[in-house]
Amino acid sequence: MLKIRDLNVHYGGIHALRGISIDVPENKIVTLIGANGAGKSTTLRSIMGLVKSSSGEVVYNGENILNKRTRDIVSKGIVMVPEGRRVFPNLNVEENLILGAYIRKDKEAIKKDMNFVYELFPRLKERKWQKAGTMSGGEQQMLAVGRALMTKPKLLLMDEPSLGLAPLIVKDIFQIIKEIHKDGVTILLVEQNAKAALEIADYGYVLETGTIVLEGKGKDLLNNDDVQRAYLGEAK
Amino acid sequence: MALQTILQHLVNGISLGSLYALLAIGYTMVYGILRLINFAHGDIFMLGTYIAFYSMTAFFLPWWISFLIAIIVTCIFGIVLERAAYRPLRDSPRISVMISAIGASFLIENLAIVVFGGRPKAFPIPTIFSKILNIGGVSIVSVSIFIPIITAIALFILNYLVNNTKIGMAMRAVSKDYEAARLMGINVNNIISFTFGTGSILAAIGGVMWGLKYPQLIPLMGLMPGLKCFIAAVVGGIGNIRGAVLGGFILGLGEILIVAFSPTLSGYRDAFAFVLLIVILLVKPSGLLGQNTTEKV
Repeated sequence: MLKIRDLNVHYGGIHALRGISIDVPENKIVTLIGANGAGKSTTLRSIMGLVKSSSGEVVYNGENILNKRTRDIVSKGIVMVPEGRRVFPNLNVEENLILGAYIRKDKEAIKKDMNFVYELFPRLKERKWQKAGTMSGGEQQMLAVGRALMTKPKLLLMDEPSLGLAPLIVKDIFQIIKEIHKDGVTILLVEQNAKAALEIADYGYVLETGTIVLEGKGKDLLNNDDVQRAYLGEAK
Repeated sequence: MALQTILQHLVNGISLGSLYALLAIGYTMVYGILRLINFAHGDIFMLGTYIAFYSMTAFFLPWWISFLIAIIVTCIFGIVLERAAYRPLRDSPRISVMISAIGASFLIENLAIVVFGGRPKAFPIPTIFSKILNIGGVSIVSVSIFIPIITAIALFILNYLVNNTKIGMAMRAVSKDYEAARLMGINVNNIISFTFGTGSILAAIGGVMWGLKYPQLIPLMGLMPGLKCFIAAVVGGIGNIRGAVLGGFILGLGEILIVAFSPTLSGYRDAFAFVLLIVILLVKPSGLLGQNTTEKV
């Protein structure tokens, strides 16, 4: 579905991504793990056209979308849940969801999807009229995911959905990711919480200072000694 | 002071306050979305008045068509101003954009002097706006009634637009987070143009009504109202539309009533706004309706 080939991104003089290649097959969960500053977020931002990439290819369903406008990429069915949730704090829950469907015109289907999101997150329904900025971190994360689902994505990019959330809520969030996936959405998940991410992922990549140093099936990476030592803190 | 006189002053204050409110909204909306004080806003207001003037006097169009043309052309002008002076600097430091705004203001003012001439012009007032009404012993020029009514209608429409439409939601979203808005597929540049267009329409409505109430046109006529309405926006809490309306009315009423109650102060009429600004900045720098910027993360 999504093929990244030899992607390079520079921030001024910094070479943030050094020719990485990633495959995200349809209906799979692929995860990208690594430490701070490894280039995980940059990869997602580059796919979405939020940063200019210097070279390489991002092929989505056979079409190179590298450095295309963000709104064109969104309308092709790719959406990102940004790091730190970034819900619109001055808008209420319902308005945030309506904006999620900003590029869509099919009123009936939007209504249906809104109900779907409210079913997925009953909490959001209770807080329909509450300003997003006043909600807890977990609720904001639910809203950020719900808002992304309102674009009716085929490919969902998630940037650190567990960041800053209590362990119990993290569990909920990963449960929800699995549910969304079951619904036929392909997922590219960026996480520092390597264990949780690898447990639900079909395939994983380990990113270190802009290069992919390791890749493999989720379960295999989970049991890999290097990964355990570096990211799971379980030295043998 | 007789009750009639007080009522008379109140009516004047409300209509001046309405004009200030219309203009202040333009400052506050642009600030909300770009974090920029659009110093050229007062000059856009001036252009609105002049366009209406020339439509009536040079093209002999009926007043209502002229006013409509003034609103439309001013709206286009506001959008062009943003494209030419602000958009190329979107990723520059804020101070550069501010300097560009000051430059744009000077450019428009001086072009206006060249094109329109520096000599004052008399705004032609259609009879419907110059009737003297006698309500309970208070004689009021009809324009003073029209101004608050038209302002109320404009504010009602604006309120609906910002709070109940998708584009209004997008405006509020863009004012908080460009990037998240882009991730929703929102065209941020279009939303910014739309904001400038809306602000300029309100400025044009204010400008035309200003011409009807104070029918002397000079190219620098936007300068003082522009400064005062910027102050009104700050007093109300910049970025907050309701605050701008409140600030506009406080300023308009305050100015008129101070002069009414102590005519010896009439020379200090313009100073009122600036004193108010100093007091607000000392006491409540975020403005009367401004929020503190802390937010739950």
